[in-house]
Amino acid sequence: MKIRAQFAMVFNLDKCIGCHTCSVTCKNVWTNRKGVEYAWFNNVESKPGIGYPKEWENQEKWKGGWTKLNGKLELKAGGRLKKIVQIFSNPNLPEIDDYYEPFTYDYAHLQNAPLSEAAPTARPVSQITGEKMDKITWGPNWEDDLAGEFASRARDKNFSNMEKEMYKQFENTFHMYLPRICNHCINPACVASCPSGALYKREEDGIVLADQDRCRGWRMCISGCPYKKVFFNWESSKAEKCVGCYPRVENGMPTVCSESCVGRIRYNGIILYDADKILDAASTDNEQDLYKAHLDMFVDPFDPAVIAQAKKDGITDDWILAAQKSPIYKMAVQWKIAFPLHPEYRTLPMIWYVPPLSPVQSQIDQKALPTEADGVIPKASAMRLPVKYLANLMTAGREQPIIDALNRMIAMRSYQRSVHVEGKADMRALDAVGMTEDMAKEMYRYLAIANYEDRFVIPTSKEEMRLEDYHGFQGQAGFSFGSAASVGMSPNSLFPERRKDSMEPRKLAPHADETHDVTGERY
Amino acid sequence: MSLCNLLFGVYPYIALTVFVIGSWIRYDNEQYTWKTDSSQLLSKQGMMLASNLFHIGIIMLFLGHFAGLVLPHGLWLALGISDLAHQWIALTAGAIFGITCLVGGAMLWYRRMYNPRVRINSRRTDVFIISWLMVTLIIGLLTVPFSIGHANKGDPAVMLALAEWVKSILLLNPQPQLMEQVDPIFRLHIFFGLTVFLVFPFTRLVHILTAPFNYLTRAYQIVRTKRA
Repeated sequence: MKIRAQFAMVFNLDKCIGCHTCSVTCKNVWTNRKGVEYAWFNNVESKPGIGYPKEWENQEKWKGGWTKLNGKLELKAGGRLKKIVQIFSNPNLPEIDDYYEPFTYDYAHLQNAPLSEAAPTARPVSQITGEKMDKITWGPNWEDDLAGEFASRARDKNFSNMEKEMYKQFENTFHMYLPRICNHCINPACVASCPSGALYKREEDGIVLADQDRCRGWRMCISGCPYKKVFFNWESSKAEKCVGCYPRVENGMPTVCSESCVGRIRYNGIILYDADKILDAASTDNEQDLYKAHLDMFVDPFDPAVIAQAKKDGITDDWILAAQKSPIYKMAVQWKIAFPLHPEYRTLPMIWYVPPLSPVQSQIDQKALPTEADGVIPKASAMRLPVKYLANLMTAGREQPIIDALNRMIAMRSYQRSVHVEGKADMRALDAVGMTEDMAKEMYRYLAIANYEDRFVIPTSKEEMRLEDYHGFQGQAGFSFGSAASVGMSPNSLFPERRKDSMEPRKLAPHADETHDVTGERY
Repeated sequence: MSLCNLLFGVYPYIALTVFVIGSWIRYDNEQYTWKTDSSQLLSKQGMMLASNLFHIGIIMLFLGHFAGLVLPHGLWLALGISDLAHQWIALTAGAIFGITCLVGGAMLWYRRMYNPRVRINSRRTDVFIISWLMVTLIIGLLTVPFSIGHANKGDPAVMLALAEWVKSILLLNPQPQLMEQVDPIFRLHIFFGLTVFLVFPFTRLVHILTAPFNYLTRAYQIVRTKRA
């Protein structure tokens, strides 16, 4: 057993109103630069829909993620040798038009246009060529709220094994929002795809980053990621991706997308898992068992044996405490109402989703929905959102875990309704799904009230533990000795380096009982 | 100093020194700029053919030049390859891969010049280097008829002189006078080729030096720690 901590999130789709505040705040913080105008580290898709980039879920087309080849886990686009062979032209790379051609508008024309009969217009301008565009034909959210015809939307991969023609009819239309960011996977395909080893997972919190200095722009990560959440900055020719807002997270703050979510749907926390189980879990034979295998990797942060091992593996007490209070652990493991997105890609993604209930409660109240014997829990087949569709999104098609989760959420609502409307607790719904009253109350607190301190349980990165002498850092920030952020990685520099052997202020003063040794101190 | 001495006695050292020191400095201090500068995202059309032909062609040409000019002459004789056979192999392989490279390179050049998305996002060095490589390549291909002429006459003297000159440069004993006896087209090709080394550190060509062969042997997953 090797315990690692992972910074993870849960998105409660049941409350997502599709306002795109997360996307806009993220964009303003991270991608409002040249070369990544088209890149949305966070985007919100309307489902059903083909999404962003187009048809990203169709891995027959894009070859993202992993697959089982002769019983072994292998990148779907092919192994190392194939990657090197394909390095001159990556056949699986999306083109800018698969996202959309980034554009702005010629606003200046509104002020500079000469006097004319007709009002001047601000025509769209391509942000790549600077040319005027005749017509914008696609954008980052072209299908918002089911815009466009069904035929286009029907290319959504999640319709597989479904009679999708049925959902063409207005009466049967269904709709949900799917906010997406980098999944900071435990078995990231982008990292495995990178020929130069520039992408990496941080051991401390599991955030996946792209080293901007080491990236050579071989562009294999772009196609390797099945979620298409690594982007090619066409100005810098480097891979860029969601950084999990690590400068905030390290200081105990939630990510920008989570903090700004008006629907309070996002939960940030850490979860402990057994790193020795990664390969076995990702290699699970039946892809429908991947959700279970992923779940089984998580360890119980209250188990004394786990705590002892975690400490041995360098996890500090307040991280263990945070793991115990983690909203992620509660939703994913204890209540089993959160699921990974497309576990069949075998990357072990760590942004999990609470499935949306669809507007089912009012129909139950109006007795318009066929229910089970208790009169409260609707039949799984009666949900507006087809369970099969949700299962294709979150459990590789296995419906039972989704049905169970939805029923628990309905039972919680039914119970709370009886308490608040009838003034008397009605336990029938809870009993039907085997929930206790305490669990229902806690679920209510986390899902309905969603207090800030319940949603965000983020321990700081403990920089003070990492540095031998953090007081030595006083006066060190700001002015450096030049190129501090980008000194080369070559061991033999052509130029004089800092005089590392002489005394530095940050060096620890030796204890009185130790012999004085100023050599061999690593900085 | 005669022009011949300058171009084939001094210029090679200038070019190679700038190549080595320049690349070293850039690697040391400008990691962020060290990249392939791929533009495949902006336009994928035809890249499968163009980029592969160009790269395979130019890599084979490089290996061919290396084998014929840098590896010791005695090695080939020991392997039982006569000078004349050597010349036929060299000019056949050179012509085949030269044309491979030319087709791909011409497609890439056309794309860089006339694809609006690629053109507007090209740096001057991007346009310069593909153009320069193409000119070098075309001059190189123009040497093939001369080589065929020499080979038909059963006279490998020019090829041997070229190899001898490269050896003299690499052994720090430059003999530019060797170049006086070769056809001018070879001299022109060598001048263009040496200039590629000169401009190398200032262009996107640096990506060659970090070709990711270690990917073949490394573990798939990379975990970095901040703990000391």
